[in-house]
Amino acid sequence: MSEENHQEAADSNESERIPFMQQLLDNPFLLLFLGVTIPTIFYIIWGVMEIVTIPIAK
Amino acid sequence: MLEQYRICQTTGLRVFQSTENLIKANAVVAVIFLAIGGLFGLSIALTRWKAVHLLPADWFYLALTAHGLDVLVVWIVFFEIAVLYFASSVILGCRIATPRWAWAAFALMLIGALVTNVAVLMGNSSVMFTSYVPLKADPSFYVGIILFAVGTLIACFVFFGTLVIAKQEKTYEGSVPLVTFGATVAAIIAVFTLASGAIILIPTLLWSMGYISHIDTLMYRTVWWGFGHSSQQINVAAHISIWYLISAVVLGAKPLSEKVSRFAFLLYVLFLQLASAHHLLVDPGISSTWKVFNTSYAIYLAVLGSMIHGLTVPGQIEAAQRKKGYNNGMFEWLRKAPWGNPAFSGMFISLILFGFLGGISGVVMGVEQINLIIHNTIYVPGHFHATVVAGTTLAFMAVTYLLVPLIFRRALILPGWAKAQPYLFGLGVAGISVFMMGAGTLGVPRRHWDISQADAILPYDFPGAANLMMGLNGMSAILAALGGFMFIVVVVGSILFGKKIDASTEVPIAPPEDARVVGEYGNEDHPAIPGTIALVGVFFVSFILYYFVNWKYLAEVWPLR
Ligand code: HEM
Ligand SMILES: [Cu+2]
Repeated sequence: MSEENHQEAADSNESERIPFMQQLLDNPFLLLFLGVTIPTIFYIIWGVMEIVTIPIAK
Repeated sequence: MLEQYRICQTTGLRVFQSTENLIKANAVVAVIFLAIGGLFGLSIALTRWKAVHLLPADWFYLALTAHGLDVLVVWIVFFEIAVLYFASSVILGCRIATPRWAWAAFALMLIGALVTNVAVLMGNSSVMFTSYVPLKADPSFYVGIILFAVGTLIACFVFFGTLVIAKQEKTYEGSVPLVTFGATVAAIIAVFTLASGAIILIPTLLWSMGYISHIDTLMYRTVWWGFGHSSQQINVAAHISIWYLISAVVLGAKPLSEKVSRFAFLLYVLFLQLASAHHLLVDPGISSTWKVFNTSYAIYLAVLGSMIHGLTVPGQIEAAQRKKGYNNGMFEWLRKAPWGNPAFSGMFISLILFGFLGGISGVVMGVEQINLIIHNTIYVPGHFHATVVAGTTLAFMAVTYLLVPLIFRRALILPGWAKAQPYLFGLGVAGISVFMMGAGTLGVPRRHWDISQADAILPYDFPGAANLMMGLNGMSAILAALGGFMFIVVVVGSILFGKKIDASTEVPIAPPEDARVVGEYGNEDHPAIPGTIALVGVFFVSFILYYFVNWKYLAEVWPLR
């Protein structure tokens, strides 16, 4: 494809494509989801799993 | 129904009436609790000063509990809610979502704070703000904290709702301004924080009422720190947003790079909360894999985020100053900064102390091995007074000097006091941080009433240097308390008696024309920041030296023979 074709393709697109990172940063609820699940998995669930698997003293 | 708003003369921001009232209410309650909690802080520091030994033992632990709660929780969180409403409704120029719910949140938080304070003052809830089981407080102690947390959670959702309204009503284009983005990150961390708090405190309440027979101490500590530590990360996200806000409003500084600063905030969302594990570094029963993953591998990504902000905030100040013509040499931009404006000086002192004292000590003590040297010593309060007092509290004080004219529309009374306040408070807090860290390195425990250990079965004398440092800590506490007192007098006095500001009055400490960049998206063009790069160099050298000194010190504590 030539330069011009590129240009046309971009122009004909109604709105320009928003880069992935920008879409992520502009979406507070997606960020909220990530900000809650990551520590829940790595800190809370993993930590609690380790504690409940400690054998009980007889 | 259209709600009334006014256009702020200096920043061009739209301020809605209901938002203004909510910000005022939350900020005022915050400041009152800072005053109360600060006094408790002074009384503890004077008790720990051997020559003064102010309080008897039971009062010491009561005061310590009240201090932690009133300053770390009540002051900071109320103020943060004010910041969230400012960063959403005011900066985006849209009405606040469901003001009724926002008032309900305010009422719950206030009632919760009062209930917990009464429980503590009754004397049967001196369990420190961590309330580790099996220490048992009066049930109303936990009820108060739970009410407070529910209120805070509602306020966070009012914030998210306001973001949605702004988007729907198109009060901004493209991406939200950086300050709003940072506040969003704070609100996100708050949701995880409050959820963890609910998960652990509701069973603890039932236990204190006798409905549950046993709560595992390690389980408690693990989940509780998901709440206790993450709440500190709300503070970090909030006060860094305020650094950006102040440098925009006072100097018209634009971000060096929106992308880079937002990426740094994203690192907070993803990783910062994992650091909760550093409170459990010496707890048996949890594997080193979990500890090291959460406090090292993952958290260094969040530390990277902080170091990015540590570069970009002074960097954008330098760029803005150079654009104004302060271009001579490396540091003219810094020398000619508005040091007489307490909003600026407070912000910059907060930045320096947070980075050098709080940041470096935090990363070093978060290393599993090094943590052994200082765990549960008074080094720990030394560290977090650098983060949460010199960093967060001082930044919040600094922004209050802007809120008084912009939101309360009153001129500051006693401008001379306002000018001196950040320096005095900064010096005092730097003192308590450094001296507590120093004494902790010599083994002085935290949360201990009597440094002479008079009632111990095996007597122990701390080295003279440790006693000296606890004395210097007491003196610094007096200085910090004086700085805190001046802040309260200036702010409360201005709100009550300051000259009313309307369109015709001149604001004594006036933000410049270009303050409106605070509400916009966009980078500084072609910034040159050699001075900031030099400062960052000094930071790294200090960091590396301190890190290695601590390994050396650890090697001496446990020599390999
Ligand atoms: C005049 C200002 C202040 C002084 C003189 C002061 C002094 C102290 C001292 C001496 C301790 C006790 C250390 C120990 O024995 O373990 C302490 C603990 C503490 N301080 Fe402060 N402080 C001040 C302000 C603040 C502020 C503004 C905050 C929070 C924003 C804060 C948060 C805390 C916390 C969370 C604790 C730990 C309580 C505990 O161990 O349960 N302090 N402070
Ligand atoms: Cu922590």
